[in-house]
Amino acid sequence: MNLESIPLQAFLIVSSILFCIGIWGLLNSRNAVRVLMSIELMLNAVNINLMAFSSYVDNNLIQGQVFTIFVITVAAAEAAVGLAILLSLYRNRVTVDMESFNLLKW
Amino acid sequence: MSIAVTTQIICFSVLSLVVIIGALGVILLENIVYSAFLLGGVFMSVAGLYLLLNASFVAAAQVLVYVGAVNVLIIFAIMLVNKKEDLRPIANIKSRRIISTSICLTLLSLLIRVDLSNTWGLAEPNASIGEESTIRIGEHLFSDYLLPFEVASVLLLMAMIGAIVLARRDVMNKDIATGLPVDQELIEKPNEPLLIKKN
Repeated sequence: MNLESIPLQAFLIVSSILFCIGIWGLLNSRNAVRVLMSIELMLNAVNINLMAFSSYVDNNLIQGQVFTIFVITVAAAEAAVGLAILLSLYRNRVTVDMESFNLLKW
Repeated sequence: MSIAVTTQIICFSVLSLVVIIGALGVILLENIVYSAFLLGGVFMSVAGLYLLLNASFVAAAQVLVYVGAVNVLIIFAIMLVNKKEDLRPIANIKSRRIISTSICLTLLSLLIRVDLSNTWGLAEPNASIGEESTIRIGEHLFSDYLLPFEVASVLLLMAMIGAIVLARRDVMNKDIATGLPVDQELIEKPNEPLLIKKN
């Protein structure tokens, strides 16, 4: 195996860029479905980070891969509950505009 | 893995470009259906990055769970809430955009600086278990990560029940016109939208 050809920093930079894109989408989207997609992008960025570290730093006891599997599990649960919340929100307010979900704003 | 170095670098560049451009498309495209399909492409490319990192099991899990479940769920949600609506304009959106973009760029520069300036304690490449990683993951899941593994199954069950309870509709068990019981529960109760400002 010849992993030192691609430096670890390359993976870290890709995941940093992906994470920041996710944060930008989270802050700027008006559509609630797109907010959920941004959260998935951020989770994927974290997963790339964990996988890169597990492959470069801890390549014998790959605990990062186990962590990634747990993160994928939690992300699936989060997506299911998030979309169910989105459906019941849509049923109550007949819109997916994030700006109209302001009941808790004071 | 015995791919040549040049091939690895080419694969990595293509996959990273697809990931980043696809993610930009996800958040910037107007049509949300395009965003959903691009999100599937981003997930597939991330699985390719995992393959480059010698993690075939996690790559398969990524494809199965993200592309097969999460992305399909998102597309279903788009189908269910797809309503053309004109978003009402909000005041000072421009300053909001500027502030959020500068926050993101600051965070990005901070992260990249940390990535490049820190000295990571890299392990010996020879010590790597390479393609044995699936076996090692199985050993982890049934020895030292057994409790999180079981808790994850309970979490998935809770998420499933919670999603069903949240998304369920109230249905009628009688037909309005005839008063006979309906066996197919498809007639929806008239549901007055709550919490809408009546003005």
